[in-house]
Amino acid sequence: MQLSYRRAFSTILKRDLVIAFRHRDDILNPILFFIIVVSLFPLGVGPAANTLMKIAPGVIWVAALLSTLLSLERLFKHDYNDGSLEQLLLMPCPTFVLVLAKITAHWLITGLPLIIIAPFLGVLLNLHQDSYVALMLSLLLGTPVLSLLGAIGVALTVGLKKGGVLLSLLVLPLYIPVLIFATGAIDAASMNLPYNGHLAIIAALFFGSLTLAPFAVGSALKVSTN
Amino acid sequence: MWKWLHPYANPEVSYHFTGKLIPWFAIISAILLTVGLGMGLLYSPADYQQGNSVRIFYLHVPAAMLSMGLYLGMAIAGLTALVWQMKLAESSIAALAPVGATFTAIALLTGAAWGKPMWGAWWVWDARLTSELILLFLYFGVMALQNAFEDKALAGKAASILALVGVINLPIIHYSVEWWNTLHQGATVSKFEKPSMSIDMLRPFLLSLFGFAFLAGTLVCMRFRAEIIERNSMRPWVKALAKEHN
Amino acid sequence: MAFDSINEFFNMGGYGFYVWLSYGFTALLLVLLTINSKGKDKRIFKQINKRIKREEKLKQVAKRNASVKQNAQSDQKVV
Repeated sequence: MQLSYRRAFSTILKRDLVIAFRHRDDILNPILFFIIVVSLFPLGVGPAANTLMKIAPGVIWVAALLSTLLSLERLFKHDYNDGSLEQLLLMPCPTFVLVLAKITAHWLITGLPLIIIAPFLGVLLNLHQDSYVALMLSLLLGTPVLSLLGAIGVALTVGLKKGGVLLSLLVLPLYIPVLIFATGAIDAASMNLPYNGHLAIIAALFFGSLTLAPFAVGSALKVSTN
Repeated sequence: MWKWLHPYANPEVSYHFTGKLIPWFAIISAILLTVGLGMGLLYSPADYQQGNSVRIFYLHVPAAMLSMGLYLGMAIAGLTALVWQMKLAESSIAALAPVGATFTAIALLTGAAWGKPMWGAWWVWDARLTSELILLFLYFGVMALQNAFEDKALAGKAASILALVGVINLPIIHYSVEWWNTLHQGATVSKFEKPSMSIDMLRPFLLSLFGFAFLAGTLVCMRFRAEIIERNSMRPWVKALAKEHN
Repeated sequence: MAFDSINEFFNMGGYGFYVWLSYGFTALLLVLLTINSKGKDKRIFKQINKRIKREEKLKQVAKRNASVKQNAQSDQKVV
């Protein structure tokens, strides 16, 4: 039977979303982690409004990176453990369809909630009032990049027993450009400067990783499932 | 070219070939380093602004250049391993990573020791130092991934993919760090500008650069040989060699 | 010569500590890496030799067991 790419994509996407909604903890825990990490910073550096305003973009974005990292493992781990990943790789359609569907599902259940919850954390950190739109836009463009690049790391480490710490070592350096330009955009917005340029670069990173990452993930999965 | 290269794709041939290279590389690197660093320490002129601290330059810049060059070499080996399924290229990644990481660490430490008298601080978030730090993380990632796999063949493939991903990201990281640096620091960077090199500085610099390059070559060959015998430990020729070492 | 005396050479115009620190670090790291790289193939050869010895021992034990079994079988036949 020949499966059209769109059919395959939507089938896998639906399957992953259904599985995710059955394990609600997996969705909730990274978000709770995100909230807790952000609320730790005022306790650590003191509640002075000016200091918080200065560090807010960086704190929110670093917390977003970490909570994405925390949720990355479930991208392939369950499927690897019960053997369905190998079956999926044997499907009669290119691997990048499968990979893209899984990454999209991952973004929908971890990236999207981050974007929705981020403005509230901005209020906690006394984020500059002109920065909220920039924060949302940078998260909207940036979190898919995190999912895409992170998927490479997960695909490489999914076969290992102790992949967790190694995953952060592999993935975090790759996140640096997104972090730099996203916080740059938010900072620029707080100074009433144009931030289209920053967003354009994050968009470029997004499209670059969208085209290249699925191939890396596919070949890494083939190595991991051997 | 492929016909000429083909025999070297045989592990036994390249094991003996690199064995023959090692003493030559070691001698050349010893001569170049003695002359180059000796000239740099004794004869090259002191900088009119930085004084004699400029002599760290003969360590810092070659180490930094080699750290990037070795990473590029690793990525090329990764591409060869993935595209042409060459097992030896995987061994060379495993051999290159620790050497590259060491040169990165040298570049960082000498950079810090140069920064202290120049900037008044051991560590400044200068664009070049920051990229070098991230490069060190990337090296550690490749090495950690390599060690995490029990199966050497899988480890080689995984490390090849990671090296390629890293090399695509490296220029992006480098330019974003540079941009970030100019945004946040502005004026302080200019002190570390490349000194316009006079011939008195260029000569020892080039000598020590090639000296370090040959040293890196020697070390990579040594590790490469060890990787080859580890991956081929069931082959009769390796067993025969092992008996000689008993 | 950029220096007039040995003392001046070690002092490096006040920068001696930093210059010698970086040369020292470099030398230390490279020496450690060289020792490690040089010893690596010997360590691996040692492992291989150990494995060969173990395999030979196992083979001998297997042979002995086989011969014992054969003897036992022939004994049974005699009975």
